[in-house]
Amino acid sequence: MQITADHVTSFLQLVAERVKEQREYLTRLDAAIGDADHGVNLDRGFSTVMSKLPTATDRSISGLLKLTGMTLISTVGGASGPLYGTAFLRAGTAIGDRATIGAEELIAALSAALEGIQTRGKATRGEKTMIDAIAPAIDALKEQYAASGDLLAAMRAAVTACEQGMIATEPMLATKGRASYLGERSIGHRDPGAASAFLMAQAMLATLERAVQG
Amino acid sequence: MKKLINAPENVVKEALAGMAIAHADLIDVHFDPDYIVRKGAPHNKVGVISGGGSGHEPMHGGFVGYGMLDAACPGAVFTSPVPDQMLAATKAVNGGKGVLHIVKNYTGDVMNFEMAAELAAAEGIEVASVVTNDDVAVENSTWTAGRRGVGVTVLLEKIVGAAAEAGADLATCKAIAERVNAHGRSMGMALTPCTVPQAGKPGFELAEDEMEVGIGIHGEPGRRREKLAPARDIAEMLAGPILDDLPFQSGDAVLAFVNGMGGTPLIELYLMYNELARILKDRNITIARSLVGNYITSLEMAGVSFTLLRLDDEMIKLWDAPVHTPALRWGM
Repeated sequence: MQITADHVTSFLQLVAERVKEQREYLTRLDAAIGDADHGVNLDRGFSTVMSKLPTATDRSISGLLKLTGMTLISTVGGASGPLYGTAFLRAGTAIGDRATIGAEELIAALSAALEGIQTRGKATRGEKTMIDAIAPAIDALKEQYAASGDLLAAMRAAVTACEQGMIATEPMLATKGRASYLGERSIGHRDPGAASAFLMAQAMLATLERAVQG
Repeated sequence: MKKLINAPENVVKEALAGMAIAHADLIDVHFDPDYIVRKGAPHNKVGVISGGGSGHEPMHGGFVGYGMLDAACPGAVFTSPVPDQMLAATKAVNGGKGVLHIVKNYTGDVMNFEMAAELAAAEGIEVASVVTNDDVAVENSTWTAGRRGVGVTVLLEKIVGAAAEAGADLATCKAIAERVNAHGRSMGMALTPCTVPQAGKPGFELAEDEMEVGIGIHGEPGRRREKLAPARDIAEMLAGPILDDLPFQSGDAVLAFVNGMGGTPLIELYLMYNELARILKDRNITIARSLVGNYITSLEMAGVSFTLLRLDDEMIKLWDAPVHTPALRWGM
């Protein structure tokens, strides 16, 4: 299948809706080990993205992703603004001027997004951050797609890996981000960034499923 | 949640609007992107800016004015501001001699200021940055995001602001800032949590007989929870790790800063200052300068933080230099 700019728009709308729905949940996770603003901040960011989409001049895939990245950087603040913002910008840059993209390009864009998050946040796996949900998801996506050539099946595997990665942050000791200030007390809490990353992975799968169903 | 607000999402902007009217002689407030800037900017000197989440008032906006900051960028409550704000503020205060960014060591603040500095550099503005990280409550800092920037930030903004006012160049301002940060240490505790307006609920819960030790300034839980103790024991609990960390030594001259977290009355802060003075006297450490009050707060949190800064002659001279901002004023 080919992914179009309309699919990207649907994905962004779905993320914005789910972030709004799960605002309290994300904020509650953040209150336990951070500063109780993750849901509120992401909601502000994606709501602004929604308000800008109708008047976007560059409606290509990369144009929409870059607009999203710049808007998140300009409106979210905290650590998640620069991190998710950089992720969307890098994905947009990786896609370039292609009007539609296939599975390989999607995987390359998601890999570039992860690399951006790692560079900006100077974090690696196992530090109780969003990377612990995103990195295993991209691994699973690559492996399953290489094995089956079925993007939808691979994305399902990625979402499962993402969820497992998110749950795996619970027993971790945070060594990056605000949760690291809590030391041992960060153990036993789910990382809010991993939770919002899982939410985006779910939205990506739902968008693909709808696209395949036509 | 019981607060003097209209709507949680409008708190920051409405407070900024109030500040602009209350201190119209000292500052201008720019909206979208939001920043507070000293009247008449840019001035013919190094620009000094800072920024951070709102909810810590008077920091940073209350320190904009003669002899301190040229601009401050307020984020949402407890949330780092965004690069657009820092870039706009940097441009507004750049008088051609470069701009110093004072950044507290929090992941979000550091990332957003980094992006702003990259953007400013791309526009040909010389930017230097200093990151404060004075909180001794954060142990094992090699394995974490590092120590948080807390009380020293206030003292640094005053001292570096005076240096810039006196005509120091960007490299000198940065060097002084680094020296202040290197010689300052802080630790705080909370008696009550605080409520972020948009969250609507306190960040944590504390029983009537409990306290949080080793808190930061974002309403987050501290390093550990303990049974409430007499003020003298709490003072020891905070001063001990500070003194041992630098370490402060017999014969040192210090600036002793007792800071309220927002909800603690001055009578208790002075009582704590008395305890701190006793501890320092026992160790033969001289209090050369002092500051007592609510300067770097966590909304309505009750609690206190101690900051000690080992002073040298230049720092004393810069501390004593005239300052005129909404929250700090002397000598003019």
